[in-house]
Amino acid sequence: MVRLITHNLLACHAKDCNTNNFPLAFKDAQLEIREAEFNPEFLKGFLPKIEWTALVDTARQLGDTSLPLEQPEMLDDEFLKNLHHVLLEIHVEEGSMTCPNCGHVYPISNGIPNMLLAEHEIG
Amino acid sequence: MISTPDLSHLRTADYDQVYEPAEDTFILLDALEEDAEGLKAIKPSVCLEIGSGSGCVTSFIGNILGPSVLYLCTDINPYACKCTRWTGIQNKVDINVVNGSLATPFGFRLVRQIDIIVFNPPYVPTSEEEAFGAQISRDIGGAWAGGSDGMQVTNILLNQIEALLSPSGRFYLVALKQNNVPNIIQTMQEAYRLKGEVVLQRRAGREHLFIIRFVRNLS
Ligand SMILES: C[S@@+](CC[C@H](N)C(=O)[O-])C[C@H]1O[C@@H](n2cnc3c(N)ncnc32)[C@H](O)[C@@H]1O
Ligand SMILES: [Zn+2]
Repeated sequence: MVRLITHNLLACHAKDCNTNNFPLAFKDAQLEIREAEFNPEFLKGFLPKIEWTALVDTARQLGDTSLPLEQPEMLDDEFLKNLHHVLLEIHVEEGSMTCPNCGHVYPISNGIPNMLLAEHEIG
Repeated sequence: MISTPDLSHLRTADYDQVYEPAEDTFILLDALEEDAEGLKAIKPSVCLEIGSGSGCVTSFIGNILGPSVLYLCTDINPYACKCTRWTGIQNKVDINVVNGSLATPFGFRLVRQIDIIVFNPPYVPTSEEEAFGAQISRDIGGAWAGGSDGMQVTNILLNQIEALLSPSGRFYLVALKQNNVPNIIQTMQEAYRLKGEVVLQRRAGREHLFIIRFVRNLS
């Protein structure tokens, strides 16, 4: 289950790839929506760690437009519920993620992203 | 008492492909349980286990700290990743698993942001070729083959810990006597000003096991 919260933390780490290596772009993503328990405390605590633009752009690419382009200052319930859904309930089960810089493709199968590199690709 | 995670969904055949929790796993669980209050006190938001294998350890931490923490796991063995996922579901701990080496998938985004890092590494002294081969083949051999001094894999991570640990973060490492525990502690202090302390040690059969906890030196 590559959820967007995990995706927001993954960057390309191929040899010599250290700028513009985030966010990885989903391709052929097969989605599953699975309900998760709403936990506003967790969301508020985690918010400072999120790369907001990357999250909003990725959600939009996957068809979810519920998040505002700018992170709001007031964290009302409606916003937190949308954030909860985007971060924790959208699962990418199959597909791949491509590095915007070097083009390296990281496959996803059975919900598990393969971030391993071959020996010669490791920096 | 924090209950040991339910692993009844894993069968003997699974343990042909993934490391079965053993004494090293259990001493780690004991050390984490003893530290439960301290772990809650740092109000963690991100916990990363490297080499999660069956998923037993992160599920246990999930029982201690509850759902307000993001649980991340990596393992080079794809089958271990599946088991970690199943074990999380079985124990109602929301675990995010990545098939990857050490902390590399998160190294760019989680600079000094991880509150708890746990690693029960492949620590058994073997030939360098065996350890290298096991890292490439990503099978169960990678659960123990540690190369010369058993430190071949661990040493790579030790050089990354300082960049990953949050200001109040803690890193728990399982080590064997042959890994030279005093030397690990001294190196981390000198190179990164991380203070290491043996919080638990135990003899189990032929193995003399240690749990070392590292924190930032805030003096
Ligand atoms: C001793 S087992 C520990 C498993 C589990 N954490 C436990 O305590 O029972 C070591 C685990 O580390 C994994 N491993 C070995 N090298 C690794 C690497 N470079 N990156 C991530 N995981 C690795 C192995 O596949 C194995 O699952
Ligand atoms: Zn790249």
